[in-house]
Amino acid sequence: MIGTVTAEKISIEEVEHIAWLAKIELSQDEKKLFTNQFNTILEYFEVINEIDTEDVQPTTQVIEGTTALREDKVSTSLSINDALSNTTHSERRFFKAPKII
Amino acid sequence: MKHPYQMTARETVESIHNGDITSEECVHSVFDRISDVEERVHAYISLEKAQALERARIIDMKIKQGKPIGKLVGLCIAVKDNICTQTFPTTCGSRMLETFTPPYNATVVEALLEQDAIIIGKSNMDEYAMGSSTETSYFGPTTNPWNSKFVPGGSSGGSAAAVAAEEAILALGSDTGGSVRCPASFCSVVGLKPTYGLVSRYGLIAYANSLEQIGPLSRNVYDSALLLSVITKHELRDATSLKVKTQDYTSFPLKSLKGITIGVPQEFFGEGVEAQVAKTVQSAIDVLAQRGADVISTSLPTLRYALPAYYLIAMSEASSNLARYDGVRYGFSSLASAEDWSTGFSKTRKQGFGPEVRRRIILGTYALSSGYYNMYYMKALKVRTLIKQDFQKAFQNVDALVGPTMPILPFRLGEKINDPLALYMCDLLTVPENLVGCPAISIPCGNVGGLPIGLQIIAPPLHENQLFHIASQYEQAQR
Repeated sequence: MIGTVTAEKISIEEVEHIAWLAKIELSQDEKKLFTNQFNTILEYFEVINEIDTEDVQPTTQVIEGTTALREDKVSTSLSINDALSNTTHSERRFFKAPKII
Repeated sequence: MKHPYQMTARETVESIHNGDITSEECVHSVFDRISDVEERVHAYISLEKAQALERARIIDMKIKQGKPIGKLVGLCIAVKDNICTQTFPTTCGSRMLETFTPPYNATVVEALLEQDAIIIGKSNMDEYAMGSSTETSYFGPTTNPWNSKFVPGGSSGGSAAAVAAEEAILALGSDTGGSVRCPASFCSVVGLKPTYGLVSRYGLIAYANSLEQIGPLSRNVYDSALLLSVITKHELRDATSLKVKTQDYTSFPLKSLKGITIGVPQEFFGEGVEAQVAKTVQSAIDVLAQRGADVISTSLPTLRYALPAYYLIAMSEASSNLARYDGVRYGFSSLASAEDWSTGFSKTRKQGFGPEVRRRIILGTYALSSGYYNMYYMKALKVRTLIKQDFQKAFQNVDALVGPTMPILPFRLGEKINDPLALYMCDLLTVPENLVGCPAISIPCGNVGGLPIGLQIIAPPLHENQLFHIASQYEQAQR
């Protein structure tokens, strides 16, 4: 059902840019496919613009009154060995990440 | 006489208490059943028979020695593979976590073990719980136990199918936008999404934190209440965990529904709901009226905005949550072959994530990006407020809301997988409850041509007892 989209919401260049921001490599075919699918999906999402939200507060925490505070007590946490147990990139007691800058 | 694998949780616990069967016999029975049907159903990603038997023997020894035993004694339980377990890999149905074995147990897993349950395996799921059919799993789809050409629903499809196919007595799933209730409906079992914050999410691999809850899947209402009683407790490691006392949900009222008002929102039977589903669910609602409930018509005018608002919020949260998969600390990694961090990171995520996960991360990144944030993400959060107000208003006049769980019958494997929007549309009636934080239960209410249909009952926050009361009255009437 990837039909023709009347007004393009998102271009292939924008998809490339956003995928780069999200750090996800896409193949050329996938860029085309995703652009088509995103246009169909975003067009459907537009329906929320029908509803007036002027003066409406956003909801981020749906059940109120759950601010979690606790005493600042020292307790045990994950051991270094446990924390490193799932990586293939470690050196001595550290994770080893590739050069960033 | 019933085989142990055919028993409900209640029957199993009673039989073990009475000394009629042992935990070890239960494990053998369930694994015999698994070897008969698992090849067809594919409910599990991993199974550990030796581990389960060892645990069963320890439990049986405790019983023999007269030591106190837990509420879930000897019960073979399937745990969705996005819930961390120290003794099983926890893959999230993804190549990204194919070899990941968590160094800790989720709070709910600890709770099961404390009550002498036996975790027998990790159940299949849509990759990162993103899907409604269990077809996006890296490990291949689960099939519907009622007809293997059809999907079991998702994303907790393995959990629901395991319970339906009698490959587990109980199961845990997670529900971000219907992921417990959808497969419960499609597989004809009971599935509950508790109130947001009632069950700790510590150890649940995050997809969309502001929406999700862990919930039980079972063959009847009592078993659902039993499992909920065990997994409900306040704790500090989940900052959204509600400060509520642990309670015994199995003591829900057994009386008729006299004095209970049930609302039927007309929007639950609107566009997109198949006629045969509507008809079957309407008959189920008539049964509630026969049990004494006062059934009235009501309205949720903003319901049509719930699906887009839900997807915008869920995708935005996913894009942030899944940023952690960089190939450094755990999970699949292409870093070694890459010349720099950015390329290595992007390759890792290309190869480690399937298409639906990548789609949602990219769309979520888009909805949060400069210039689109107010138009998409902020707008969705405001719409969420209006939907919540609609539900609050409805609950001023009714004790519960009812309607179909799924707007459609189970569909064929492969039928919708190439059309993301068509798959999203299946979640029409299950996402509103996650947006507003209400508890909701799906119970079997019939079938069309052998394909199951579920009745959804929704209550105000923390009114799980109400759900169990209404659901059990319906169940009674069917016996």
